[in-house]
Amino acid sequence: MNWRGFLWALTALASHWRRRPLLLAAALVGLAAATGLWIGVQALNAEARRAYDDAARAMSAAALPALVAEGGGPADIARFGPLRRAGWPASPLIDVDLAVEGAPASLRLMGVEPVSLPEAAGLALFGAGEDEAGNDADADAPPAPDYAAFTRPPGRALIAPATLAELGDALGVGAGDRLATPRGETPPLVASAAAAPGVLIMDFGFAQRLAGMEGRTTRFLLDPDAELPAAPLSDIAPDLRRAAPRAAADPAQLTESFHLNLTAFGFLAFAVGLFIAHGAVGLAFEQRRGLMRSLRACGLPAWTLCAALGAELLVLALLAGVAGIAGGATVAAALLPDVAASLRGLYDAPAPDALSLPLSWWLWGLGMSVAGAAVASGGALWKAARMPVLDSARPEAWFAAARRARARQGALAGALAVVAAGLAVWGEGLVAGFAMIGAMLGAAALALPLALGAALAGLQGLADRRWGPLAAWMAADARQQLPGLSLALMALMIALAANVGVGSMVDGFRLTFESWLEDRLAAEVYAEAEPGAAPRLAALIAADPRISADLPEWRAETVLDGAPVELRGFADHATWRRRWPLLEAAPGAWDRVAAGQGAMISEQLARRLDLGLGDPLALAGGAALPVAAIFADYGNPRGQVRLSNAALAARAPEAERGRHALRVTPPEAAEAVAAELDAAEGVSAMEQGSIRALSSRIFERTFAVTGALNTLTFGVAGIALATALLSLSAARLPQTAPVWAMGTSRRRLAAMELGRIMGLALLTAMLATPLGVALAWALVAVVNVAAFGWRLPLHVFPADWLRLAALAVAAAGLAAAIPLAGFLRTSPAALAKVFADER
Amino acid sequence: MKDAAAPTPPLALEGLRKTYPSPEGPVEVLRGVSLALAPGESLALTGESGSGKSTLLHLAAGLDAADAGEVRIAGRSLTGLRDAGRARLRRDHVGLVFQQFNLAPSLTVASNIAFQARLAGRADRAWTAALVARLGLAGLERRYPEQLSGGQQQRVAIGRALAARPGLVLADEPTGALDEAASDAVLDLLLELAAETGAALLMVTHSPRLAGRLGGRAHLRAGRLE
Repeated sequence: MNWRGFLWALTALASHWRRRPLLLAAALVGLAAATGLWIGVQALNAEARRAYDDAARAMSAAALPALVAEGGGPADIARFGPLRRAGWPASPLIDVDLAVEGAPASLRLMGVEPVSLPEAAGLALFGAGEDEAGNDADADAPPAPDYAAFTRPPGRALIAPATLAELGDALGVGAGDRLATPRGETPPLVASAAAAPGVLIMDFGFAQRLAGMEGRTTRFLLDPDAELPAAPLSDIAPDLRRAAPRAAADPAQLTESFHLNLTAFGFLAFAVGLFIAHGAVGLAFEQRRGLMRSLRACGLPAWTLCAALGAELLVLALLAGVAGIAGGATVAAALLPDVAASLRGLYDAPAPDALSLPLSWWLWGLGMSVAGAAVASGGALWKAARMPVLDSARPEAWFAAARRARARQGALAGALAVVAAGLAVWGEGLVAGFAMIGAMLGAAALALPLALGAALAGLQGLADRRWGPLAAWMAADARQQLPGLSLALMALMIALAANVGVGSMVDGFRLTFESWLEDRLAAEVYAEAEPGAAPRLAALIAADPRISADLPEWRAETVLDGAPVELRGFADHATWRRRWPLLEAAPGAWDRVAAGQGAMISEQLARRLDLGLGDPLALAGGAALPVAAIFADYGNPRGQVRLSNAALAARAPEAERGRHALRVTPPEAAEAVAAELDAAEGVSAMEQGSIRALSSRIFERTFAVTGALNTLTFGVAGIALATALLSLSAARLPQTAPVWAMGTSRRRLAAMELGRIMGLALLTAMLATPLGVALAWALVAVVNVAAFGWRLPLHVFPADWLRLAALAVAAAGLAAAIPLAGFLRTSPAALAKVFADER
Repeated sequence: MKDAAAPTPPLALEGLRKTYPSPEGPVEVLRGVSLALAPGESLALTGESGSGKSTLLHLAAGLDAADAGEVRIAGRSLTGLRDAGRARLRRDHVGLVFQQFNLAPSLTVASNIAFQARLAGRADRAWTAALVARLGLAGLERRYPEQLSGGQQQRVAIGRALAARPGLVLADEPTGALDEAASDAVLDLLLELAAETGAALLMVTHSPRLAGRLGGRAHLRAGRLE
């Protein structure tokens, strides 16, 4: 390569950016916004997945088969010896919440007996981790069991490094320190990767004391890989029964749709950012076309010119990438609490509590920025490579090229529309749903300039007849300006459509959810007893004259078609018959379910198992039951089956029986009843208003992140419009100056410029509205069903459309303000210069 | 000088001065220029590059403001007029023709020609149609400027300047972008139509040959008319 030529070309090309700082800012902002929002969203996803992995480690012990006390509550530890001697692979486990004095939240205490602990419990107590001083242990070193240090006083309390750091911040404790609890101090803390965040693992003996469970255990874990003895359990421990593994939902699987949703938004923001960069780079190319021809005419080879352009873009991409990643990390950190609330509220999934941005993310972000720059500038580089040296300079080349591309653009829009329609009819699943949305938005974006052009042509004719030559010129000039503004307007349309679509979905969901909660929470008070406290709660209920009806709700879990399903038993009562929100019901559904001759299933379970009314539902422990009704169960990631309590007890004798729905007379007494029950040991109770408020709060936080991303996308679209207008402002003078010269004042021209931009934004908003409704339909009828298993009715909110259109027009006016202020400040001499040496 | 009974001159310039800043210090481009054009009179303004010809034309059109002196269009002084007032005077009394045509690229040939006349509220369909025919643009009315040759575009610009039958036509190197044959044809049309409408014509040109075809000639040197 001729390095001197390369550097000379690079210097000449780069000098353009010094003279056009706004264009440089547009390119940098576009790439930085694209990279930042993409990286921010991906960082959130990665943190959430790490939280799932941590939680999966913590939950594996709880998911083992176990022996539990027959009546619920703790089991007698005295059974441990006889069980082991009889060949039962049992290991005691304390599993309770532990309050730590001064700490903001309680920890989960797990007390284990390390010798008998099944390997499948996943508590690698002595594996790789960190030593007492907090130094990293060799991850590859084989586990070095040190039972003595773990079991003998003072013992060890294993804790996740992140949790230890949090406690350090709150309490000033560190490795080797002990935590104060109501029943004494813990063993010295040892940071260990073996412990999941929020979990404290110690020897069974220490845990018994801290949990106040001397002589008792929460349950005996059973090793699922070991053979069970032939001798019946009742001969050795008649007060114990076997409990099936707790069917834990895989948070990664459940939240897949949520993360796909975030990724889709991230990609949308990335695309909108690239629109900005593409517009700026394309304009810079056209503005430097003459310079490039000169360079070529002076003997610079085409590939050296392309290399110089590429090097220039690489520098831009790296600068923008660094800024974008820093901005993305800030955005992600700001969104993290809402994402965490979404994950907990919608899926009951573990949530990330801190954001980290390792070196690999920086490298990935820079790679994305470079890739984005390549996508945004590919067309310009291609044109530079093919540009003939002797072709005369054509200042309108950009517009002319855009016109030639119009036919191709229309054809591509049509093809994408066909793909979207095909996916709507034949597509299945979440990925197909998002692909359909992508194709739909792509088709609409590509068709936008054509639609705007047609609308403006019609408007021009009307203006010519009705409002005079200036109005007609305004419409015609807006048409002329379209190629330069179309990318920014596409970005604005997509952002508006996303706002309309997602807004309709969220507001529709809110309406449906509130109405559904109203029906679902028919009882005034809901009370639940911990294992062992059920008799106490039953006595309290029986003794309270304000409680007019006790509706016990039993609960068990099972697995259907490989996924966890809740079995809910209920007592037949007019309350449920009147209020329970059924979507479909067979004749006499309530009577049949009450008689144990049918079951009600949730909508998501019906969709997942493809069950309809009358279809048999196979449940373990009895004959299949026909589906008598399908009910709405929004927000529940698991399927649910509702049976009569008797039918549930026959199929799942181990069902928990501590939950009660209570009717209170008068209803005003509900708060007092709930408070009194809640004060009893081992009982928690809430009145329905509090539950509803809690649910609404969770709902609002769940969609706060969606709203924030919506706003960010809208903001990026606004920046796209502002930068496009700024970039084009210099090229506008040759269009406006002749009209000024022919007798139109600058003030009037400025008002017309403002009107044109705001009019274009209004037209874009009008076109974005049906697209947004289509998007809302796709979200509620396709994506929502595929992701959550329930379908929402489609609600539309015309008042919101008007608000959004007004916002779009205002944003466009704001975006036009800077170039217009510049135009108004342009001296007559500068305007007259257009005629002297415009070119 | 004109006596009181004479018709109002379409253009009168009195003692115009104009200075531009430059890295080497202020440059006085015009140093007290005066001239007047009677209705139907045509005058060629010549001078070296940078002698201030275009500046003088821009001041005469009210596109720029002089540092000193007075411009009167159709008897009305531009002094003290703000942008909107100057714009009205141009709209109603001045036709402008530029070297690079400066047509509205978004409007068709027909719309470009009728544009200023319609702005001024003096659109005359018959006259516009006659202009189109006289300018040799028949059949091209629905085309856009970029679909025309340079000569055709300049003819559209001439049509636009004359469609409102202004009292004054100011032309800044109207044939500068055209070859000799096209230049002659365009100038013929301009002179013919200006004479027909009675408009005074002030034309900036580099070409002594073309300047010789106008009724009078003024040479600008060192900021003064000779």
